[in-house]
Amino acid sequence: MDSIKETLTGPIFKNNPIALQILGICSALAVTSSLQVTLVMCVALTLVTAFSSLLISAIRKQIPGSIRIIVQMVIIASLVIVVDQFLKAYAFAISKQLSVFVGLIITNCIVMGRAEAFAMKNPPIPSFIDGIGNGLGYSVILIAVAVVRELFGAGKLMGIEILPLVTEGGWYNPNGLLLLPPSAFFLIGLFIWGLRSVRSEQVEKPDFKMAGHTAAREGV
Amino acid sequence: MSSNDSTSKTLIVAFSVSIVCAIFVSAATVMLKPVQEVNKALDRKRNILAAAGMLEEGRSVEEQFSQITTRIVDLRTGKFVDDIDPQKYDQHKAAKDPSTSDKLSPEEDLAKIGRRENYALVYVVENGAGDIDKVILPVRGYGLWSTMYGFVALEDDANTVAGLGFYEHGETPGLGGEVDNPRWKAMWPGKEVYRDGEVAVGLIKGSVDPSAANAPWQVDGLAGATLTSRGVTNLLHFWMGENGFEPFLNNLRAGEA
Repeated sequence: MDSIKETLTGPIFKNNPIALQILGICSALAVTSSLQVTLVMCVALTLVTAFSSLLISAIRKQIPGSIRIIVQMVIIASLVIVVDQFLKAYAFAISKQLSVFVGLIITNCIVMGRAEAFAMKNPPIPSFIDGIGNGLGYSVILIAVAVVRELFGAGKLMGIEILPLVTEGGWYNPNGLLLLPPSAFFLIGLFIWGLRSVRSEQVEKPDFKMAGHTAAREGV
Repeated sequence: MSSNDSTSKTLIVAFSVSIVCAIFVSAATVMLKPVQEVNKALDRKRNILAAAGMLEEGRSVEEQFSQITTRIVDLRTGKFVDDIDPQKYDQHKAAKDPSTSDKLSPEEDLAKIGRRENYALVYVVENGAGDIDKVILPVRGYGLWSTMYGFVALEDDANTVAGLGFYEHGETPGLGGEVDNPRWKAMWPGKEVYRDGEVAVGLIKGSVDPSAANAPWQVDGLAGATLTSRGVTNLLHFWMGENGFEPFLNNLRAGEA
């Protein structure tokens, strides 16, 4: 039981796909300017990761090594198309806002990374849970980023006004940078910094160490 | 595991995975199609309303759309025709069918659409007295990556723009995709299409100087999206020109449509 719980909750802080593995940054920048869209994206990605891991794991012993990536891609792509079709049918407005980013779940490194790293080596149920866990890890960061971006960038949450804007007669002057994709970089960076300060085992070892200056008077 | 890597096993796995996935995807697409069509139709109506500046949040789109009459115009004569049912007319399809469309020569084809259908849907908003208050015209044209589909709404003088909006395009998000930006769209109402009978409306590079003599015919270009901006100008020149709705608008002004 412990290992299942660990598989589920591990990716949230301990082995977060965005903060530690630095995967899936592209969509984290693109869709986080509004919380509502972000939530839909998180659900979509979590479902795709979980079910693709489950299916890939179920047939893992049959997949020939030479075409394993292609087989994984076919399964992932099919799931993403189905999710996209569902969104178009039942959440049309949001699917329009998400536009290409639902399709880009196919290339989201988290899905592929979990399929290759976990589902290919583990039985279906743990793989499914691993998919959910990584989806949650992705969601935690995205939701945190989206809350900051929408609240301080547009003064709203889920489209409901929280901080009345100056332009609409309120007092809050929004930070326009937060609505632009680069701001998510800063926020994710701060998040990683915070996380690694608390959990110092996540800090990577430096690749090299600067040597001391040997020719002190060089260049004078 | 080595048996997995034989050529026959590889082919079998590749084929079976592809077939299962293909069936799965097709089934989902076919089953969800009707719901998606309803959404698309609703979205189209919403866009027609939005282009005319008539969309109110919180009221049902169907209800709001009931004040709009859908009619068909023969683009060759510029007159309304009544023998085609607007509910059944598929303008998309008609534009591709050689029997219901004309091929455009490269000089005529400003919007790069290839063929122009003979009949176009127009959406008419009437005021209480039964006079035409606004007309909403479907337009389309090539931008940078894609054909942009949208609507232009004109006031009853068939010259002043009441609004403009695109409901389908594949331009770069953040650059050409800014054609969806409400602030940009808000610049359109009040602009004029014709000057001395010529189509003069267009996007310019940078911002419009409101004191300039040309200001009523000019709209800010989209920053970083020169080709999309040019596409918008071209499609307006085409659809407001002699091969587009100009004959119809002239008739409308003369009260002869």
